[in-house]
Amino acid sequence: MTTTTGPHPTRRLILQGAASVALIGLGNLPFAAGPARAAANDKYPEEAFKQKSEADAIKALYGKTAEPSDKVKLDAPEIAENGGVVPVSVTTTLDKVTSISFFVAENPFALAASYKIPDGTIPGVANRLKMAKTTNVVAIVEADGKLFSATKEVKVTVGGCGG
Amino acid sequence: MASSIRVRANANGDITEVQALIQHPMDTGLVKDAKGELIPAHFIQELKFECNGKDVFVANWGTAVSKDPYVKFSFKGAKKGDDLKISWTDNKGGSDTTTAKIS
Repeated sequence: MTTTTGPHPTRRLILQGAASVALIGLGNLPFAAGPARAAANDKYPEEAFKQKSEADAIKALYGKTAEPSDKVKLDAPEIAENGGVVPVSVTTTLDKVTSISFFVAENPFALAASYKIPDGTIPGVANRLKMAKTTNVVAIVEADGKLFSATKEVKVTVGGCGG
Repeated sequence: MASSIRVRANANGDITEVQALIQHPMDTGLVKDAKGELIPAHFIQELKFECNGKDVFVANWGTAVSKDPYVKFSFKGAKKGDDLKISWTDNKGGSDTTTAKIS
């Protein structure tokens, strides 16, 4: 079709241009649709760890919201003298627990750690987290497809960001 | 080089309690060094415990986990003498593996 002798040589160009714009528009869509929900599979939840707020991090990790439950027991100190090393642990009496995650609300990135609990592992974990300043610590337990949370405030006298 | 992982696994009846301590800087990428330059982020992303060919505990960590991280958990289905394999990988591609006997 190189012999375009017609009176409208630009018509083809215009059409091509329109088509490529449409393609670019379509191409963007799949990336915008839905955050990576990594809690269910084995991949490292990169996106969830980049979220600054606790709510966004929970959404990125699980794609749903949690309800407070007294069956989740979060153990953290009232006052932490050193925000760099705060012992935090969680236990739960819930059944069918598949994961446990820790969020530190006031940290630069809220999600601190997320643990997968396979069948046969006791739903409880203890670890040590950094806290930038006085903050709420939120533990989320995923049990039977639902999310349950417990929150506790930890007063930090020396932040964990000074190294 | 000595392993970066120190682990203690004690079986008590059906339940095995595992405590692990790993040597790692866990740099957040937000802290400056003495010269005022940012120390790049360097932290463990995944830590895995396997026993008898099955994952018993998998941790995904961010930068908010303390330096030289510690973790404790318990699981069922292992007995004294079984091997517990522990491995971690960090965001710079570093990794380490060790095997501990459950006692």
